[in-house]
Amino acid sequence: MSRVKRPGRSRRSPVMSFLLHGTLILASLIAIGPIAWVLLSSLKPGYAIQSSELTLFRDTTLANYSYVLTGTNFPRWFLNSVIVAAFTMAIGIFFSATTGYAVSRFNFPGRRPLMMVFLVTQMFPVAILIVPIYTIMARLGLINTMPALIIAYLTIAVPFCAWMLKGYFDSIPTSLDEAAALDGCGPFATFWKVVLPLAKPAVAVTAFYTFLTAWGEVAYASAFIQTDNRFTLAYGLQQFVPQFNPQWEYLTAAAVLVTLPAGLVFFFAQKHLVSGLTAGGTKG
Amino acid sequence: MTTVTADPAPPSTPPGRSARPSRLRRSWEKHWYAWAMVLPVVIVLAVLIFYPLFRGIWLSFTNLNEANQVAEICTKSITGSEVCKENPNKWEFVGLDNYLRVLTGEVGEFWQWTGVTLIWTFVCVACHFGLGLGLATMLNRPMRLRGLYRVLLVLPWAVPAFVSAFAWKFIFNERFGLANAVLSAVGIDPVSWFADRWTSLFTAIVTNVWLGVPFMMVALLGGMQTIPSELYEAAEIDGASAWQRFRNITLPGLRPVSMTVILLGTIWTFNMFPIIFLVTEGQPAGQSEILVTGAFRAAFEGIRNYSLASTYGVLILSILLVFSVFYRRALRKQGEVW
Repeated sequence: MSRVKRPGRSRRSPVMSFLLHGTLILASLIAIGPIAWVLLSSLKPGYAIQSSELTLFRDTTLANYSYVLTGTNFPRWFLNSVIVAAFTMAIGIFFSATTGYAVSRFNFPGRRPLMMVFLVTQMFPVAILIVPIYTIMARLGLINTMPALIIAYLTIAVPFCAWMLKGYFDSIPTSLDEAAALDGCGPFATFWKVVLPLAKPAVAVTAFYTFLTAWGEVAYASAFIQTDNRFTLAYGLQQFVPQFNPQWEYLTAAAVLVTLPAGLVFFFAQKHLVSGLTAGGTKG
Repeated sequence: MTTVTADPAPPSTPPGRSARPSRLRRSWEKHWYAWAMVLPVVIVLAVLIFYPLFRGIWLSFTNLNEANQVAEICTKSITGSEVCKENPNKWEFVGLDNYLRVLTGEVGEFWQWTGVTLIWTFVCVACHFGLGLGLATMLNRPMRLRGLYRVLLVLPWAVPAFVSAFAWKFIFNERFGLANAVLSAVGIDPVSWFADRWTSLFTAIVTNVWLGVPFMMVALLGGMQTIPSELYEAAEIDGASAWQRFRNITLPGLRPVSMTVILLGTIWTFNMFPIIFLVTEGQPAGQSEILVTGAFRAAFEGIRNYSLASTYGVLILSILLVFSVFYRRALRKQGEVW
């Protein structure tokens, strides 16, 4: 991305350049500010967080972290979350890719309705329809199990991801498919060996999106999971928010710990975000 | 995938009815792999989305709630055997009662919540799109540190929604929050954010804008990179100013992407549950509640009222469906095929 069109730079006046960088620096500060503030606060003891005095560091300590890590079932919740998010990610990528590919390449009966259905699924007020879904999960015997969460998260993530991947597949020339077909590849082999490797950026974004959906979700987790050793991280850490007396010092530490793995996945996916999200990058 | 092994159509079809089966069969032979590829998704969506939807529509015409859901009440007698008799207050079909009660304001504040939802959705989506477009335009120019800016600006996207809700609630805390500390540092009296309807809504909007801009920015940036650079070069040779190039090349080039992200953004914001639920909690006195959170509290606080929840669900879905139909129609009128 950074190697396109160099000559533009020389023509920018110093004032414009100052304004441009100034705006972007300000925007970046706003973007990372809240995260940084929570991070700084998590290193303070409780009384320092609750004082109205504005300080960056005060009595720096890791006590909040050690409490969250040892005083709760944290390692177990972390493992649960990793399992749920990893399965959601793997299955989600597979299903959205096959669906996106079919919708992009084959003009089969039912194609347009399916695209509309994907849009309509996004309109569902999850918070309100959670009860009928709970009933179904109960009937399938999936309450308090991880598959319940994985399936529920897939219904949130897959329609959007399939939609997005369809856009990306559209930008890959069909001549490649035809060439592969001439070489004797069936439709599945063409998809698997030719098109999917070319769609790496979009797959990276799908991975990021599905992971994040599963990682940060609380509503389904609180409805479907009942025992402490099956909690996901996001839900487990909610326990620090009692209605009237939130334990801010532990909450800040917990927030940082929840965000870190998501940040890690983001770090690997971010290179592809721009080209992958939009039906764009003619280069792929 | 198991559909692959489905047995072939019987070779002898009765005469006279052969036209349809053979068309079906040809269609099957031509499209089976496309169907096989979408089948798993269709099944999951049918079970977990459409079954609940139709059940929800049906429930919205009944008075089912937590207290009257069982058909029989069983009581243990002294001898240990269970005696069951029919529940006298068993749930029943009530027609349009739920809708009447919701729309006349007998339960909940449907019209107030709808008003807040419309303001919330409009302001959030306008800010998302405006800021996203502005930042994307800046990031689309060649400059130093571009990669770094982009990573930093996309970062909020990686933060789970409930964590950002918590972070901003922490910042807007009335006693020790960063916002009030900054305000008093520049000599302005601290604000009790959640005591007034508009400041309360303001905190939620700030949170949601912060959370949602990266997605818009990334989508629009991707859209900008598909616009051929020859167009800009030609415009420059013709002496078009930067503003003219933006208006006449960038904006039209972004149309397809913009239309999709605005529609999706509107739908997502309309139903954005965690931000309002966790940041404002409807304070003060439910005045900053949007439809989904208001409905959730109305239906699930106290005795869980499943039929009422379904009624709200159907109403919300209808509003969004009507909106997207008009949106698409408006686009089609302008010659946009999407």
